[in-house]
Amino acid sequence: MHNLDLKLADISKIEGKASCEISVKNGKVQKVAFSIAEYKRFYTQAICGKDMIALPQLTARICGTCSNAHLLCALKAVEKIVGLIPSPQTIYLRKLLNYGLIIRDHGLHLYVFVMPDLFHKDSILDFDENNPEEHKYLDDTFKVKAAGNNLSKAIGGRSVHAPFLTVGGFTKLPDQNQLIKLIPELQGIRKTVLDLIELFGERDFSLIRDDIDFAAITDNEYSFLYGDLIRSDGSVVPSENYGKYLEHVVIPYSHASGYKFMGKVYMVGALARLNLAKKNLHQKTQTSTQKYLKKFPSQNIFHNNLAQAIEILHAIDSSIDILNKLKITPEKPIVPQRKKGKGVGVIEAPRGTLYYNLELDDSGKIVRGQIVVPTGQNQIGIEGSIRKYLEKNMALDKSREEIELDVEKIVRAYDPCMSCASHFLKFKWLPE
Amino acid sequence: MYLGVMPKKLRIGWFSFSCCEDSTIIFTELLNDHYRQWKDKIEFCSALVLRKKSTVKDLDVAFVEGAITSRKQEEKLRQIRRESKKLVAIGACACIGMPSSQRNLFNEKTNKEIQNILIRFNYAKTVRKLSEVVNVDDFVHGCPMDENIFLATVNKYLKEFKII
Repeated sequence: MHNLDLKLADISKIEGKASCEISVKNGKVQKVAFSIAEYKRFYTQAICGKDMIALPQLTARICGTCSNAHLLCALKAVEKIVGLIPSPQTIYLRKLLNYGLIIRDHGLHLYVFVMPDLFHKDSILDFDENNPEEHKYLDDTFKVKAAGNNLSKAIGGRSVHAPFLTVGGFTKLPDQNQLIKLIPELQGIRKTVLDLIELFGERDFSLIRDDIDFAAITDNEYSFLYGDLIRSDGSVVPSENYGKYLEHVVIPYSHASGYKFMGKVYMVGALARLNLAKKNLHQKTQTSTQKYLKKFPSQNIFHNNLAQAIEILHAIDSSIDILNKLKITPEKPIVPQRKKGKGVGVIEAPRGTLYYNLELDDSGKIVRGQIVVPTGQNQIGIEGSIRKYLEKNMALDKSREEIELDVEKIVRAYDPCMSCASHFLKFKWLPE
Repeated sequence: MYLGVMPKKLRIGWFSFSCCEDSTIIFTELLNDHYRQWKDKIEFCSALVLRKKSTVKDLDVAFVEGAITSRKQEEKLRQIRRESKKLVAIGACACIGMPSSQRNLFNEKTNKEIQNILIRFNYAKTVRKLSEVVNVDDFVHGCPMDENIFLATVNKYLKEFKII
């Protein structure tokens, strides 16, 4: 196909709304405009004047699917400002909540959004229950998502906008017996997730981007919540400096801002984490996935799917370890001392690095805040990947429908979250 | 080959406007336990989170999440209302507007800050809950929606439309 004008108004099976306009003339790509089509809800403005205790539960409402990541990142930023060090038990419980989120969120993306593409189906709901393989994967979909959901519910009281988390700890602690019951459920999905890893390791698509960088926060236990920033060149810097490397890019046709990292297009998320820190995965995960870990570092953006599948296994193995040793002791949240200050919270949300930069007044009210989300950071890379695909494929005999589906597959590989990306107005850096 | 009359299913749509889509996540999680019970009783005619193919026509029930923040969204909501016998508001933003309608409470200085964005992308002057735009038959409150009330609402319509 040498000429093409395509407008994808509603890209399906992603979180939120995105669109893409494409124009190709005489085999040359004239225009690719990937845009986030969610209307802004202006959280950056709305948080000003709010109390630091109320902030985490408010910013959790930026995004339903990533809500617990926002909660954990906001708590980290607030606690950093007031100098509050959470108890070891609180840290274990927060890790468990986040592992539950990783299992459920990656599970939703891989089974519900992406897997139908591998089976040439529109929806997981179209899987044929009389076909043994499709029947199995339909069962697996619900089993894996439920295990992640149940873990988050047990720890946080709910899998979305977990109500038990607060500054300094938990308002309600989980029941020890309930925690022990989670272990067999997690052990029960381990083999299921190994099948998922094999599926994405053997059958996924390919689009090589040898022109992008990667960035991720990691520690030696791949906890998602702590650690330093690793860059593509292997250099390691404190995660609090993350904002200094970001360059804000206005994309006039998109409701959300884009970002470059030290002036370069880059990618955050599971692929970045595996590329930069696979040696930190749980030892059992590494042993079980040796064959597929060899594929990393990878420049194939579809390997984000395989990387997510491996991260589900890591979340299972890490959770089981914590659940086996954690003995819940009664404790109340540490009461924070209110004080004026600025602070940064950075974590790895399921889709990539999430950055909060907050300023409080002496009564603990938010003076200003900035939030940089993974999808904003990946936005320029998504558009570039679509362009790369078109440049490589326009000479081939592909139908309009095939190109449309392939573009959607590329967007889905990045696992974008539009609700997150469109929360704020514009980016003004606070002096650090 | 089956030559009889196919049993009627409840024709539903799941739609999202301005919100964090938390209730969409709860809805996808409810499928973990209820999909096999629902698959012979419910036809998912439109649910972008689950499938690309979408038919917004002759729906029995439209479940609508999110608040209305632009003329374009308002037109789409009115179209959904025209094509649906029942319309259910799902979650806090759809039922009461908040927290998506936070900008309705901004002071003059903050409103000036956001003005250019509102103009560039044709935002409405205010953000509205669904019942300020169309007639709403049922409300499933909560942030995210209360899943027990949602399940009760689904069962209510399965009975009302004589599916069960």
